Amino acid sequence: MLVRTVLLGLAVMIGASACSPIEPWVKPYERENIADPIMSFNRDPVSQSYLDHVYEVREASRGATGSSGGGCGCN
Amino acid sequence: MPRVALVLAGIAPLLAAPFAGATVLPEERADLMYHRYDGGDVTVDGPSVLVRKNIGDKVSVSANYYTDFVSSASIDVQTSASPYKETRNQYSLSTDVLNGKALYSLGYIRSSESDYKADTAFAGVSQSLFGDLTTISFGYRYGDNEIGRNVAGTLDPNFKEQMKTQGFSAGLSQILTRSMILSFNYEVVTDEGFLRSPYRSVRYLESATTQAVQSEVYPRTRTSNAGSLRGKYFLPWRAAAELGYRYYTDTWGVRGQTADLGYTHPKGKWTFEGSVRYYTQQRANFYQDLFPRRDFANFLSRDKELATYDNVTLSVGATYDFHIPRVAWIDKSSASIRYSFLTVKYDDFRDATKSFGKFGVLPDEPLAPGTEPLYKLDASVLQLFMSIWF
Repeated sequence: MLVRTVLLGLAVMIGASACSPIEPWVKPYERENIADPIMSFNRDPVSQSYLDHVYEVREASRGATGSSGGGCGCN
Repeated sequence: MPRVALVLAGIAPLLAAPFAGATVLPEERADLMYHRYDGGDVTVDGPSVLVRKNIGDKVSVSANYYTDFVSSASIDVQTSASPYKETRNQYSLSTDVLNGKALYSLGYIRSSESDYKADTAFAGVSQSLFGDLTTISFGYRYGDNEIGRNVAGTLDPNFKEQMKTQGFSAGLSQILTRSMILSFNYEVVTDEGFLRSPYRSVRYLESATTQAVQSEVYPRTRTSNAGSLRGKYFLPWRAAAELGYRYYTDTWGVRGQTADLGYTHPKGKWTFEGSVRYYTQQRANFYQDLFPRRDFANFLSRDKELATYDNVTLSVGATYDFHIPRVAWIDKSSASIRYSFLTVKYDDFRDATKSFGKFGVLPDEPLAPGTEPLYKLDASVLQLFMSIWF
């Protein structure tokens, strides 16, 4: 259900953009803060994926982290 | 001693880091890490090496080597087996191809240890929209797992099981203001095949004061849904605050919620960071610490990872940027240390060593089954890594 809603939302957004191009409300020259490396969701992939893996092995929850962990599920 | 969590193995370091805005090739960099987990009488440590290089201006390739050296005498092992050592190796390769505003990814991962082999292939696409304010992404992966069982240190030739995994993911990253970005991720994972541990048992009451064990019995399918929302805000004094939430549900009845808060603060050549993470989980339908009798239900589990519990993780880290003189091909480099302290409190998993004893040796004064104290676990997680950009 949630997938369908997301896909529908994306379809509407893409469709709308085809009819009337959306003006970016944050211009490229206004993205200095956003482009700062400290704003990355995954600044050090090797580290983040390891920590996600530690959680994944200890917890039943999985997925949707944006970065899955790697490996061994040791008891 | 592997578990089905393996199926999500190691895709992340190979994927392009979700960078705010435009779809671009990921940075060319190499990382060398030492990692160590120490908690609950389990130590897991080893190296990880990740290298990412561009070929021309449209193609990026990435390779990752990761090893876990496991030394375990965990509470599951204490009540039913002998301490063991194990090595798991994982090799991964992936490529990203940039085509206009779209980035296509393709990759393969192989993980192997003495009693578990996993092959995973994955593909994904991400696309920038609306003047690069929005990035959408979709991914698919397929995993083929071969599960064996070691008996007295030797692989049992009569035990060979299979498990297949498929995962579908969708993501949306949105620049909201000059200083704020949001990211939504959704993922469905479905497993089919042998989903339990070949080693673990459940315990049940034989009489009011005595207990016995039998093998776990699991369903042969599991489908999970997880949705997460993350936000990051650039603070006026050049620092970043991050907030995240994830909701998880699956067909085994597990419900999980994760919330985390992080702060990143650069100062000169240093970058400091700290975070707190809270996780809470409701047990699987067929989990019980102590079953009332043998064959109590169609499915039986005493995997503490399927129990009801919550945990808190506190993390701190520091990165130092430096220049390596007389090496022209290295643009910049850094050294990092990160430490996390994890504490887990179980609501319905008891310390059965107080009744069973450890490694077959009964305690001096065994407690009655079901009256043992609830189990708690503290763990330290250390990461040391060097990174170079070229």
